[in-house]
Amino acid sequence: MALAAALAVLVIFGGVITSLLIGSMPAFKAFGFGFLTSQAWSPTRDNFGALPAIYGTLVTSIIAMLIALPVGIGIAIFLTDLCPRPLRRPIGIAIELLAGIPSIIYGIWGLFVFAPWFQEHVEGPTIDGLANVPVLGTLFGGAPFGIGTFTAGLILSIMILPFISAVTRDVLETVPSVLKEASYGLGATSWEVMWKVCLPFCQTGVVGGAMLALGRALGETMAVTFVIGNAHKIAPSLFAPGTSISATIANEFTEATTPLYTSSLIELGLLLFVITFIVLAAAQLMLKRMERSKGKV
Amino acid sequence: MNQALYFRRRLANITFIVLSMGAALFGLIWLGFILGALLKNGFAAMSPTLFTQPTPPPGSAGGLSNAIAGSVMMSLVAVVVGTPIGLFAGTYLAEYARHGKLAFVVRFVNDILLSAPSIITGLFIYEIIVVRMGHFSGWAGSLSLAVIVIPVVVRTTENMLLLVPNGLREAAAALGAPKNFVIKSVTWKAARAGIITGVLLAIARISGETAPLLFTALGNTQPSLDMNAPIASLPAVIFQFALSPYEDWHTLAWGGALLITGTVLGLSVIARLLENQKRT
Repeated sequence: MALAAALAVLVIFGGVITSLLIGSMPAFKAFGFGFLTSQAWSPTRDNFGALPAIYGTLVTSIIAMLIALPVGIGIAIFLTDLCPRPLRRPIGIAIELLAGIPSIIYGIWGLFVFAPWFQEHVEGPTIDGLANVPVLGTLFGGAPFGIGTFTAGLILSIMILPFISAVTRDVLETVPSVLKEASYGLGATSWEVMWKVCLPFCQTGVVGGAMLALGRALGETMAVTFVIGNAHKIAPSLFAPGTSISATIANEFTEATTPLYTSSLIELGLLLFVITFIVLAAAQLMLKRMERSKGKV
Repeated sequence: MNQALYFRRRLANITFIVLSMGAALFGLIWLGFILGALLKNGFAAMSPTLFTQPTPPPGSAGGLSNAIAGSVMMSLVAVVVGTPIGLFAGTYLAEYARHGKLAFVVRFVNDILLSAPSIITGLFIYEIIVVRMGHFSGWAGSLSLAVIVIPVVVRTTENMLLLVPNGLREAAAALGAPKNFVIKSVTWKAARAGIITGVLLAIARISGETAPLLFTALGNTQPSLDMNAPIASLPAVIFQFALSPYEDWHTLAWGGALLITGTVLGLSVIARLLENQKRT
Protein backbone atom coordinates (compact mmCIF):
# COMPACT_ATOMS: atom_id res chain seq x y z
CA MET A 1 0.00 0.00 0.00
CA ALA A 2 2.71 2.44 1.01
CA LEU A 3 4.87 1.20 -1.84
CA ALA A 4 2.01 1.69 -4.28
CA ALA A 5 1.57 5.27 -3.11
CA ALA A 6 5.29 5.92 -3.50
CA LEU A 7 5.13 4.50 -7.00
CA ALA A 8 2.11 6.74 -7.70
CA VAL A 9 4.41 9.74 -7.25
CA LEU A 10 6.70 8.33 -9.94
CA VAL A 11 3.74 7.52 -12.18
CA ILE A 12 2.51 11.12 -11.97
CA PHE A 13 5.94 12.38 -12.91
CA GLY A 14 6.23 9.97 -15.82
CA GLY A 15 2.67 10.78 -16.86
CA VAL A 16 3.42 14.48 -16.99
CA ILE A 17 6.39 13.95 -19.30
CA THR A 18 4.62 11.41 -21.51
CA SER A 19 1.44 13.41 -21.91
CA LEU A 20 3.37 16.58 -22.75
CA LEU A 21 5.50 14.67 -25.26
CA ILE A 22 2.47 13.15 -26.97
CA GLY A 23 0.62 16.45 -26.94
CA SER A 24 3.48 18.34 -28.51
CA MET A 25 4.14 15.81 -31.30
CA PRO A 26 2.04 17.58 -33.99
CA ALA A 27 3.83 20.89 -33.36
CA PHE A 28 7.20 19.19 -33.37
CA LYS A 29 6.41 17.46 -36.66
CA ALA A 30 5.31 20.75 -38.19
CA PHE A 31 8.13 23.00 -37.04
CA GLY A 32 11.00 20.73 -35.93
CA PHE A 33 13.77 22.44 -34.01
CA GLY A 34 13.03 25.69 -35.86
CA PHE A 35 10.29 26.11 -33.24
CA LEU A 36 12.94 27.12 -30.75
CA THR A 37 14.41 29.92 -32.85
CA SER A 38 11.38 31.23 -34.72
CA GLN A 39 9.82 34.53 -33.72
CA ALA A 40 6.59 33.92 -35.61
CA TRP A 41 3.33 33.77 -33.69
CA SER A 42 0.41 33.85 -36.05
CA PRO A 43 -2.70 31.89 -35.08
CA THR A 44 -4.42 32.83 -38.34
CA ARG A 45 -1.67 31.31 -40.46
CA ASP A 46 -0.93 28.45 -38.09
CA ASN A 47 2.71 29.42 -37.75
CA PHE A 48 4.29 29.38 -34.30
CA GLY A 49 7.72 29.95 -32.78
CA ALA A 50 8.88 29.87 -29.20
CA LEU A 51 11.71 32.39 -29.15
CA PRO A 52 9.86 35.45 -27.77
CA ALA A 53 8.33 33.36 -25.00
CA ILE A 54 11.65 31.71 -24.10
CA TYR A 55 13.34 35.12 -24.18
CA GLY A 56 10.69 36.61 -21.90
CA THR A 57 10.90 33.74 -19.43
CA LEU A 58 14.68 33.97 -19.21
CA VAL A 59 14.89 37.77 -19.04
CA THR A 60 12.21 38.15 -16.35
CA SER A 61 13.89 35.43 -14.30
CA ILE A 62 17.32 37.02 -14.68
CA ILE A 63 15.97 40.41 -13.58
CA ALA A 64 14.27 38.73 -10.64
CA MET A 65 17.45 36.93 -9.61
CA LEU A 66 19.63 40.05 -9.95
CA ILE A 67 17.39 41.86 -7.49
CA ALA A 68 16.32 39.06 -5.18
CA LEU A 69 19.68 37.36 -4.69
CA PRO A 70 21.57 40.20 -2.97
CA VAL A 71 18.49 41.39 -1.10
CA GLY A 72 17.52 37.87 -0.01
CA ILE A 73 20.99 37.11 1.26
CA GLY A 74 21.05 40.51 2.97
CA ILE A 75 17.80 39.72 4.76
CA ALA A 76 19.13 36.33 5.85
CA ILE A 77 22.31 37.90 7.22
CA PHE A 78 20.31 40.57 8.98
CA LEU A 79 18.05 37.99 10.60
CA THR A 80 20.79 35.58 11.70
CA ASP A 81 23.45 37.97 12.96
CA LEU A 82 22.43 41.60 13.16
CA CYS A 83 18.80 41.83 14.14
CA PRO A 84 18.00 42.59 17.80
CA ARG A 85 16.59 39.41 19.31
CA PRO A 86 13.03 40.55 20.10
CA LEU A 87 12.56 41.73 16.50
CA ARG A 88 13.94 38.56 14.94
CA ARG A 89 10.77 36.47 15.04
CA PRO A 90 8.28 39.12 13.87
CA ILE A 91 10.48 40.22 10.96
CA GLY A 92 11.17 36.60 10.02
CA ILE A 93 7.45 35.82 9.98
CA ALA A 94 6.70 38.96 7.97
CA ILE A 95 9.18 37.97 5.28
CA GLU A 96 7.70 34.45 5.22
CA LEU A 97 4.27 36.01 4.72
CA LEU A 98 5.51 37.23 1.35
CA ALA A 99 5.89 33.58 0.35
CA GLY A 100 2.38 32.78 1.58
CA ILE A 101 0.59 35.32 -0.59
CA PRO A 102 -0.86 33.50 -3.63
CA SER A 103 0.61 34.50 -6.95
CA ILE A 104 -2.69 35.75 -8.32
CA ILE A 105 -2.67 38.39 -5.58
CA TYR A 106 0.72 39.60 -6.78
CA GLY A 107 -0.82 39.71 -10.23
CA ILE A 108 -3.88 41.79 -9.38
CA TRP A 109 -1.80 44.08 -7.17
CA GLY A 110 0.83 44.44 -9.88
CA LEU A 111 -1.76 45.31 -12.50
CA PHE A 112 -3.90 47.77 -10.55
CA VAL A 113 -1.54 49.28 -7.99
CA PHE A 114 2.09 48.74 -8.81
CA ALA A 115 2.17 49.18 -12.60
CA PRO A 116 0.50 52.63 -12.61
CA TRP A 117 2.75 53.80 -9.77
CA PHE A 118 5.84 52.40 -11.46
CA GLN A 119 4.88 53.95 -14.78
CA GLU A 120 4.53 57.40 -13.29
CA HIS A 121 7.33 57.52 -10.75
CA VAL A 122 10.03 55.24 -12.10
CA GLU A 123 9.68 54.49 -15.78
CA GLY A 124 8.95 58.05 -16.91
CA PRO A 125 11.94 59.67 -15.17
CA THR A 126 14.26 56.77 -16.10
CA ILE A 127 13.38 56.95 -19.77
CA ASP A 128 13.86 60.74 -19.81
CA GLY A 129 17.06 60.59 -17.82
CA LEU A 130 18.73 57.88 -19.89
CA ALA A 131 17.44 58.94 -23.30
CA ASN A 132 20.88 60.01 -24.54
CA VAL A 133 23.02 57.33 -22.89
CA PRO A 134 24.10 54.79 -25.55
CA VAL A 135 23.28 51.26 -24.31
CA LEU A 136 21.10 52.07 -21.32
CA GLY A 137 19.02 54.43 -23.46
CA THR A 138 17.88 51.50 -25.61
CA LEU A 139 17.54 49.07 -22.73
CA PHE A 140 15.34 51.46 -20.77
CA GLY A 141 13.82 53.37 -23.68
CA GLY A 142 10.47 53.53 -25.40
CA ALA A 143 7.17 54.58 -23.92
CA PRO A 144 6.33 54.09 -20.24
CA PHE A 145 3.58 51.44 -20.35
CA GLY A 146 3.75 50.46 -16.70
CA ILE A 147 3.33 46.81 -17.65
CA GLY A 148 6.19 45.05 -19.40
CA THR A 149 9.14 42.72 -19.03
CA PHE A 150 10.87 44.75 -16.32
CA THR A 151 7.75 45.09 -14.17
CA ALA A 152 7.23 41.32 -14.39
CA GLY A 153 10.83 40.70 -13.34
CA LEU A 154 10.50 43.10 -10.42
CA ILE A 155 7.33 41.45 -9.10
CA LEU A 156 8.93 38.02 -9.54
CA SER A 157 11.86 39.22 -7.44
CA ILE A 158 9.52 40.10 -4.57
CA MET A 159 7.91 36.66 -4.85
CA ILE A 160 11.16 34.67 -4.71
CA LEU A 161 12.79 36.87 -2.07
CA PRO A 162 11.43 34.80 0.85
CA PHE A 163 12.65 31.53 -0.70
CA ILE A 164 16.20 32.80 -1.03
CA SER A 165 16.27 34.31 2.42
CA ALA A 166 14.73 31.21 4.04
CA VAL A 167 17.27 28.81 2.53
CA THR A 168 20.19 31.16 3.19
CA ARG A 169 19.05 31.54 6.78
CA ASP A 170 18.90 27.79 7.24
CA VAL A 171 22.37 27.21 5.88
CA LEU A 172 23.87 30.18 7.75
CA GLU A 173 22.64 28.56 10.94
CA THR A 174 24.72 25.47 10.15
CA VAL A 175 27.95 27.49 10.39
CA PRO A 176 29.58 26.24 13.61
CA SER A 177 29.80 29.06 16.13
CA VAL A 178 33.42 28.04 16.86
CA LEU A 179 34.36 29.28 13.39
CA LYS A 180 32.66 32.62 13.95
CA GLU A 181 34.06 33.04 17.44
CA ALA A 182 37.56 32.27 16.24
CA SER A 183 37.33 34.93 13.53
CA TYR A 184 35.93 37.51 15.90
CA GLY A 185 38.73 36.59 18.28
CA LEU A 186 41.26 37.46 15.58
CA GLY A 187 39.68 40.90 15.43
CA ALA A 188 37.59 40.51 12.29
CA THR A 189 34.59 42.81 11.79
CA SER A 190 31.05 41.45 11.30
CA TRP A 191 31.39 42.08 7.57
CA GLU A 192 34.64 40.15 7.35
CA VAL A 193 33.29 37.24 9.37
CA MET A 194 30.22 37.05 7.15
CA TRP A 195 31.94 37.56 3.80
CA LYS A 196 35.12 35.59 4.35
CA VAL A 197 34.04 32.87 6.76
CA CYS A 198 30.29 32.22 6.84
CA LEU A 199 29.34 32.67 3.19
CA PRO A 200 32.22 30.60 1.79
CA PHE A 201 31.35 27.93 4.35
CA CYS A 202 27.80 27.57 3.05
CA GLN A 203 28.35 28.50 -0.57
CA THR A 204 26.80 25.32 -1.95
CA GLY A 205 23.69 25.78 0.12
CA VAL A 206 23.21 29.38 -0.94
CA VAL A 207 23.66 28.51 -4.61
CA GLY A 208 21.24 25.61 -4.20
CA GLY A 209 18.68 27.92 -2.62
CA ALA A 210 19.14 30.42 -5.41
CA MET A 211 18.54 27.70 -8.03
CA LEU A 212 15.39 26.63 -6.19
CA ALA A 213 14.17 30.23 -6.35
CA LEU A 214 15.14 30.44 -10.02
CA GLY A 215 13.02 27.35 -10.69
CA ARG A 216 10.06 29.13 -9.12
CA ALA A 217 10.68 32.30 -11.10
CA LEU A 218 10.87 30.44 -14.40
CA GLY A 219 7.57 28.68 -13.92
CA GLU A 220 5.61 31.44 -12.21
CA THR A 221 2.46 32.03 -14.18
CA MET A 222 -0.28 34.21 -12.81
CA ALA A 223 1.70 37.18 -11.54
CA VAL A 224 3.63 37.37 -14.79
CA THR A 225 0.56 36.97 -16.98
CA PHE A 226 -1.05 40.02 -15.39
CA VAL A 227 1.83 42.43 -15.87
CA ILE A 228 4.00 41.32 -18.77
CA GLY A 229 1.79 42.73 -21.51
CA ASN A 230 1.50 39.64 -23.71
CA ALA A 231 3.19 40.85 -26.86
CA HIS A 232 4.81 38.17 -29.03
CA LYS A 233 7.91 40.07 -29.91
CA ILE A 234 11.39 40.67 -28.60
CA ALA A 235 11.67 44.37 -27.89
CA PRO A 236 15.06 46.01 -27.28
CA SER A 237 13.64 47.90 -24.30
CA LEU A 238 13.05 46.11 -21.01
CA PHE A 239 10.12 48.44 -20.32
CA ALA A 240 8.27 47.22 -23.42
CA PRO A 241 5.57 44.55 -23.17
CA GLY A 242 6.73 41.01 -23.84
CA THR A 243 5.53 37.53 -23.01
CA SER A 244 6.76 34.43 -21.25
CA ILE A 245 6.15 30.72 -21.75
CA SER A 246 3.76 30.42 -18.84
CA ALA A 247 1.92 33.66 -19.69
CA THR A 248 1.42 32.54 -23.28
CA ILE A 249 -0.04 29.21 -22.20
CA ALA A 250 -2.29 30.76 -19.56
CA ASN A 251 -3.63 33.40 -21.90
CA GLU A 252 -4.12 31.49 -25.09
CA PHE A 253 -4.72 27.85 -24.26
CA THR A 254 -8.49 28.00 -24.02
CA GLU A 255 -8.66 30.23 -27.08
CA ALA A 256 -6.49 28.01 -29.26
CA THR A 257 -8.62 27.26 -32.29
CA THR A 258 -6.57 24.80 -34.32
CA PRO A 259 -5.00 21.51 -33.17
CA LEU A 260 -1.59 22.83 -34.20
CA TYR A 261 -2.09 25.93 -32.03
CA THR A 262 -2.92 23.78 -28.99
CA SER A 263 -0.01 21.49 -29.72
CA SER A 264 2.40 24.43 -30.00
CA LEU A 265 1.28 25.63 -26.59
CA ILE A 266 1.80 22.17 -25.14
CA GLU A 267 5.28 22.07 -26.66
CA LEU A 268 5.95 25.40 -24.89
CA GLY A 269 4.82 23.70 -21.68
CA LEU A 270 7.19 20.83 -22.34
CA LEU A 271 10.06 23.29 -22.85
CA LEU A 272 9.21 25.01 -19.60
CA PHE A 273 9.10 21.67 -17.80
CA VAL A 274 12.48 20.65 -19.19
CA ILE A 275 14.11 23.97 -18.24
CA THR A 276 12.70 23.99 -14.71
CA PHE A 277 13.52 20.30 -14.29
CA ILE A 278 17.19 20.94 -15.03
CA VAL A 279 17.34 23.93 -12.69
CA LEU A 280 15.45 22.20 -9.87
CA ALA A 281 17.44 18.98 -10.20
CA ALA A 282 20.69 20.93 -9.91
CA ALA A 283 19.28 22.72 -6.87
CA GLN A 284 18.29 19.44 -5.19
CA LEU A 285 21.70 17.90 -5.76
CA MET A 286 23.48 20.95 -4.34
CA LEU A 287 21.28 21.11 -1.26
CA LYS A 288 21.72 17.36 -0.72
CA ARG A 289 25.47 17.75 -0.88
CA MET A 290 25.25 20.57 1.63
CA GLU A 291 23.19 18.40 3.96
CA ARG A 292 25.66 15.55 3.78
CA SER A 293 28.67 17.74 4.50
CA LYS A 294 26.88 19.22 7.50
CA GLY A 295 27.78 16.28 9.71
CA LYS A 296 31.46 16.30 8.81
CA VAL A 297 32.70 19.55 10.35
CA MET B 1 48.84 53.70 7.45
CA ASN B 2 47.32 51.41 10.04
CA GLN B 3 44.85 54.07 10.95
CA ALA B 4 43.71 54.24 7.31
CA LEU B 5 43.27 50.48 7.16
CA TYR B 6 41.31 50.56 10.39
CA PHE B 7 38.94 53.21 9.07
CA ARG B 8 38.52 51.37 5.80
CA ARG B 9 37.55 48.21 7.60
CA ARG B 10 35.15 50.07 9.85
CA LEU B 11 33.60 51.81 6.89
CA ALA B 12 33.13 48.51 5.03
CA ASN B 13 31.54 47.06 8.13
CA ILE B 14 29.11 49.93 8.60
CA THR B 15 28.18 49.88 4.91
CA PHE B 16 27.50 46.16 5.19
CA ILE B 17 25.29 46.55 8.25
CA VAL B 18 23.32 49.38 6.68
CA LEU B 19 22.88 47.42 3.44
CA SER B 20 21.53 44.31 5.13
CA MET B 21 19.17 46.40 7.24
CA GLY B 22 18.10 48.05 4.00
CA ALA B 23 17.44 44.62 2.49
CA ALA B 24 15.14 43.68 5.36
CA LEU B 25 13.39 47.01 5.09
CA PHE B 26 12.99 46.50 1.33
CA GLY B 27 11.15 43.23 1.94
CA LEU B 28 8.93 44.69 4.65
CA ILE B 29 8.00 47.72 2.52
CA TRP B 30 6.70 45.48 -0.28
CA LEU B 31 4.71 43.42 2.19
CA GLY B 32 3.13 46.58 3.56
CA PHE B 33 2.51 47.94 0.08
CA ILE B 34 0.73 44.74 -1.06
CA LEU B 35 -1.28 44.08 2.10
CA GLY B 36 -2.25 47.76 2.33
CA ALA B 37 -3.64 47.83 -1.20
CA LEU B 38 -5.35 44.48 -0.68
CA LEU B 39 -7.07 45.54 2.54
CA LYS B 40 -8.12 48.92 1.16
CA ASN B 41 -9.62 47.60 -2.07
CA GLY B 42 -10.79 44.32 -0.60
CA PHE B 43 -12.78 45.78 2.26
CA ALA B 44 -14.39 48.26 -0.10
CA ALA B 45 -15.76 45.24 -1.98
CA MET B 46 -16.96 43.35 1.09
CA SER B 47 -20.71 43.03 1.46
CA PRO B 48 -23.18 40.26 2.31
CA THR B 49 -24.12 39.89 -1.37
CA LEU B 50 -20.53 38.85 -2.09
CA PHE B 51 -21.34 35.56 -0.37
CA THR B 52 -24.97 35.13 -1.34
CA GLN B 53 -25.17 36.01 -5.02
CA PRO B 54 -23.56 34.39 -8.06
CA THR B 55 -21.17 36.12 -10.45
CA PRO B 56 -23.03 38.78 -12.45
CA PRO B 57 -22.83 39.81 -16.09
CA PRO B 58 -20.99 43.12 -16.45
CA GLY B 59 -23.01 46.11 -15.29
CA SER B 60 -25.30 44.39 -12.79
CA ALA B 61 -24.95 43.60 -9.14
CA GLY B 62 -23.78 40.23 -7.90
CA GLY B 63 -21.36 38.33 -5.74
CA LEU B 64 -19.02 35.41 -5.84
CA SER B 65 -21.12 32.66 -4.22
CA ASN B 66 -20.77 30.14 -7.06
CA ALA B 67 -17.01 30.73 -7.28
CA ILE B 68 -16.61 30.28 -3.52
CA ALA B 69 -18.66 27.08 -3.61
CA GLY B 70 -16.70 25.79 -6.61
CA SER B 71 -13.37 26.48 -4.95
CA VAL B 72 -14.43 24.81 -1.71
CA MET B 73 -15.76 21.71 -3.52
CA MET B 74 -12.72 21.28 -5.72
CA SER B 75 -10.28 21.83 -2.85
CA LEU B 76 -12.20 19.31 -0.76
CA VAL B 77 -12.07 16.62 -3.44
CA ALA B 78 -8.39 17.39 -4.10
CA VAL B 79 -7.55 16.93 -0.42
CA VAL B 80 -9.61 13.74 -0.13
CA VAL B 81 -7.84 12.26 -3.15
CA GLY B 82 -4.36 13.64 -2.51
CA THR B 83 -3.93 13.19 1.23
CA PRO B 84 -4.04 9.37 1.42
CA ILE B 85 -1.60 8.98 -1.48
CA GLY B 86 0.73 11.57 0.02
CA LEU B 87 0.42 10.07 3.50
CA PHE B 88 1.25 6.54 2.35
CA ALA B 89 4.07 7.64 0.08
CA GLY B 90 5.59 9.70 2.90
CA THR B 91 5.22 6.73 5.22
CA TYR B 92 6.96 4.51 2.69
CA LEU B 93 9.89 6.93 2.53
CA ALA B 94 10.23 7.28 6.29
CA GLU B 95 9.33 3.81 7.55
CA TYR B 96 9.95 1.21 4.91
CA ALA B 97 12.76 2.29 2.64
CA ARG B 98 14.61 5.08 4.31
CA HIS B 99 17.89 4.60 2.48
CA GLY B 100 16.84 2.46 -0.49
CA LYS B 101 17.49 3.36 -4.10
CA LEU B 102 13.80 3.58 -4.91
CA ALA B 103 13.27 5.89 -1.95
CA PHE B 104 16.04 8.14 -3.22
CA VAL B 105 14.40 8.39 -6.64
CA VAL B 106 10.93 8.96 -5.20
CA ARG B 107 12.24 11.66 -2.88
CA PHE B 108 14.05 13.39 -5.73
CA VAL B 109 11.07 13.27 -8.08
CA ASN B 110 8.76 14.41 -5.30
CA ASP B 111 10.91 17.46 -4.58
CA ILE B 112 10.88 18.33 -8.27
CA LEU B 113 7.08 17.99 -8.40
CA LEU B 114 6.88 20.14 -5.29
CA SER B 115 8.32 23.15 -7.06
CA ALA B 116 7.44 22.36 -10.68
CA PRO B 117 5.35 25.07 -12.37
CA SER B 118 1.69 24.52 -11.57
CA ILE B 119 0.62 25.42 -15.09
CA ILE B 120 2.29 22.19 -16.24
CA THR B 121 -0.08 20.29 -13.93
CA GLY B 122 -2.96 21.92 -15.74
CA LEU B 123 -1.62 20.86 -19.14
CA PHE B 124 -1.10 17.32 -17.86
CA ILE B 125 -4.66 16.93 -16.58
CA TYR B 126 -5.98 18.59 -19.73
CA GLU B 127 -4.21 15.96 -21.83
CA ILE B 128 -5.25 12.91 -19.84
CA ILE B 129 -8.71 13.89 -18.58
CA VAL B 130 -10.24 16.82 -20.43
CA VAL B 131 -9.33 15.52 -23.88
CA ARG B 132 -10.56 12.01 -23.01
CA MET B 133 -13.84 13.20 -21.51
CA GLY B 134 -14.31 15.74 -24.24
CA HIS B 135 -15.24 18.60 -21.93
CA PHE B 136 -13.91 20.68 -19.04
CA SER B 137 -15.14 19.67 -15.60
CA GLY B 138 -14.91 20.25 -11.88
CA TRP B 139 -13.50 16.73 -11.46
CA ALA B 140 -10.60 17.56 -13.75
CA GLY B 141 -9.97 20.74 -11.75
CA SER B 142 -9.97 18.73 -8.51
CA LEU B 143 -7.51 16.21 -9.90
CA SER B 144 -5.09 18.89 -11.04
CA LEU B 145 -5.21 20.34 -7.52
CA ALA B 146 -4.70 16.84 -6.08
CA VAL B 147 -1.50 16.54 -8.12
CA ILE B 148 -0.30 19.66 -6.28
CA VAL B 149 -1.45 18.38 -2.86
CA ILE B 150 0.42 15.05 -3.07
CA PRO B 151 4.05 16.28 -3.02
CA VAL B 152 3.34 18.74 -0.19
CA VAL B 153 1.83 16.00 1.98
CA VAL B 154 4.61 13.53 1.09
CA ARG B 155 7.29 15.97 2.15
CA THR B 156 5.74 17.01 5.47
CA THR B 157 4.69 13.44 6.35
CA GLU B 158 8.19 12.13 5.80
CA ASN B 159 9.77 14.98 7.77
CA MET B 160 7.36 14.54 10.66
CA LEU B 161 7.74 10.76 10.81
CA LEU B 162 11.51 11.13 10.89
CA LEU B 163 11.13 13.27 14.01
CA VAL B 164 9.46 10.39 15.86
CA PRO B 165 12.15 8.86 18.11
CA ASN B 166 13.19 5.34 17.17
CA GLY B 167 12.81 4.26 20.78
CA LEU B 168 9.02 4.44 20.37
CA ARG B 169 9.11 2.13 17.35
CA GLU B 170 11.48 -0.30 19.05
CA ALA B 171 9.41 -0.38 22.22
CA ALA B 172 6.25 -1.19 20.26
CA ALA B 173 8.03 -3.82 18.20
CA ALA B 174 9.46 -5.35 21.36
CA LEU B 175 5.93 -5.77 22.67
CA GLY B 176 5.28 -7.93 19.67
CA ALA B 177 3.40 -5.47 17.49
CA PRO B 178 3.68 -6.11 13.75
CA LYS B 179 5.14 -3.31 11.64
CA ASN B 180 1.88 -2.07 10.14
CA PHE B 181 0.38 -1.89 13.63
CA VAL B 182 3.40 0.05 14.91
CA ILE B 183 3.02 2.56 12.09
CA LYS B 184 -0.72 2.87 12.45
CA SER B 185 -1.01 3.25 16.18
CA VAL B 186 2.39 4.53 17.28
CA THR B 187 4.27 6.58 14.71
CA TRP B 188 1.27 8.11 12.95
CA LYS B 189 -0.20 9.02 16.31
CA ALA B 190 3.05 10.58 17.50
CA ALA B 191 3.35 12.60 14.29
CA ARG B 192 -0.34 13.47 14.00
CA ALA B 193 -0.06 17.22 14.59
CA GLY B 194 2.73 17.48 12.07
CA ILE B 195 0.82 15.55 9.42
CA ILE B 196 -2.27 17.72 9.91
CA THR B 197 0.00 20.75 9.53
CA GLY B 198 1.10 19.37 6.18
CA VAL B 199 -2.47 18.93 5.00
CA LEU B 200 -3.34 22.47 6.09
CA LEU B 201 -0.34 23.82 4.21
CA ALA B 202 -1.44 21.86 1.15
CA ILE B 203 -4.93 23.39 1.37
CA ALA B 204 -3.37 26.83 1.72
CA ARG B 205 -1.28 26.14 -1.34
CA ILE B 206 -4.15 25.03 -3.58
CA SER B 207 -6.66 27.65 -2.51
CA GLY B 208 -4.64 30.27 -4.34
CA GLU B 209 -3.75 28.14 -7.36
CA THR B 210 -5.09 29.53 -10.59
CA ALA B 211 -2.98 28.25 -13.44
CA PRO B 212 -3.99 24.57 -13.26
CA LEU B 213 -7.69 25.44 -13.10
CA LEU B 214 -7.76 27.56 -16.24
CA PHE B 215 -7.88 24.63 -18.61
CA THR B 216 -9.34 21.94 -16.40
CA ALA B 217 -12.30 23.46 -14.55
CA LEU B 218 -12.38 26.40 -16.98
CA GLY B 219 -14.90 28.49 -15.02
CA ASN B 220 -18.60 28.99 -15.47
CA THR B 221 -20.67 32.14 -15.39
CA GLN B 222 -23.81 30.15 -14.61
CA PRO B 223 -24.31 29.31 -10.93
CA SER B 224 -23.67 25.63 -11.62
CA LEU B 225 -22.50 23.26 -8.90
CA ASP B 226 -22.25 20.24 -11.19
CA MET B 227 -18.78 18.74 -10.75
CA ASN B 228 -19.13 17.03 -14.11
CA ALA B 229 -19.42 20.35 -15.94
CA PRO B 230 -17.22 23.44 -16.10
CA ILE B 231 -17.30 25.08 -12.69
CA ALA B 232 -16.34 28.51 -11.39
CA SER B 233 -13.53 28.95 -8.88
CA LEU B 234 -12.37 31.99 -6.97
CA PRO B 235 -8.88 32.33 -8.48
CA ALA B 236 -10.11 31.82 -12.04
CA VAL B 237 -12.89 34.37 -11.53
CA ILE B 238 -10.38 36.89 -10.18
CA PHE B 239 -8.20 36.32 -13.23
CA GLN B 240 -11.09 36.80 -15.63
CA PHE B 241 -12.64 39.77 -13.81
CA ALA B 242 -9.40 41.65 -13.15
CA LEU B 243 -8.39 41.55 -16.81
CA SER B 244 -11.84 42.74 -17.93
CA PRO B 245 -12.53 46.39 -18.65
CA TYR B 246 -15.51 46.61 -16.23
CA GLU B 247 -15.18 48.59 -13.02
CA ASP B 248 -17.68 46.52 -10.99
CA TRP B 249 -15.92 43.31 -12.02
CA HIS B 250 -12.66 44.78 -10.74
CA THR B 251 -14.31 45.44 -7.37
CA LEU B 252 -15.48 41.82 -7.16
CA ALA B 253 -11.98 40.63 -8.10
CA TRP B 254 -10.51 42.61 -5.18
CA GLY B 255 -13.14 41.13 -2.85
CA GLY B 256 -12.18 37.64 -4.01
CA ALA B 257 -8.49 38.45 -3.64
CA LEU B 258 -9.00 39.48 -0.02
CA LEU B 259 -10.99 36.29 0.67
CA ILE B 260 -8.26 34.07 -0.78
CA THR B 261 -5.43 35.84 1.00
CA GLY B 262 -7.36 35.73 4.26
CA THR B 263 -7.94 31.99 3.86
CA VAL B 264 -4.35 31.21 2.92
CA LEU B 265 -2.76 33.31 5.64
CA GLY B 266 -5.29 32.05 8.21
CA LEU B 267 -4.47 28.42 7.37
CA SER B 268 -0.74 29.13 7.55
CA VAL B 269 -1.14 30.69 10.99
CA ILE B 270 -3.12 27.69 12.27
CA ALA B 271 -0.51 25.34 10.79
CA ARG B 272 2.25 27.28 12.51
CA LEU B 273 0.45 27.23 15.86
CA LEU B 274 -0.01 23.46 15.59
CA GLU B 275 3.65 23.03 14.78
CA ASN B 276 4.75 25.12 17.75
CA GLN B 277 2.41 23.26 20.05
CA LYS B 278 4.06 20.05 18.92
CA ARG B 279 7.52 21.34 19.74
CA THR B 280 6.85 22.47 23.31
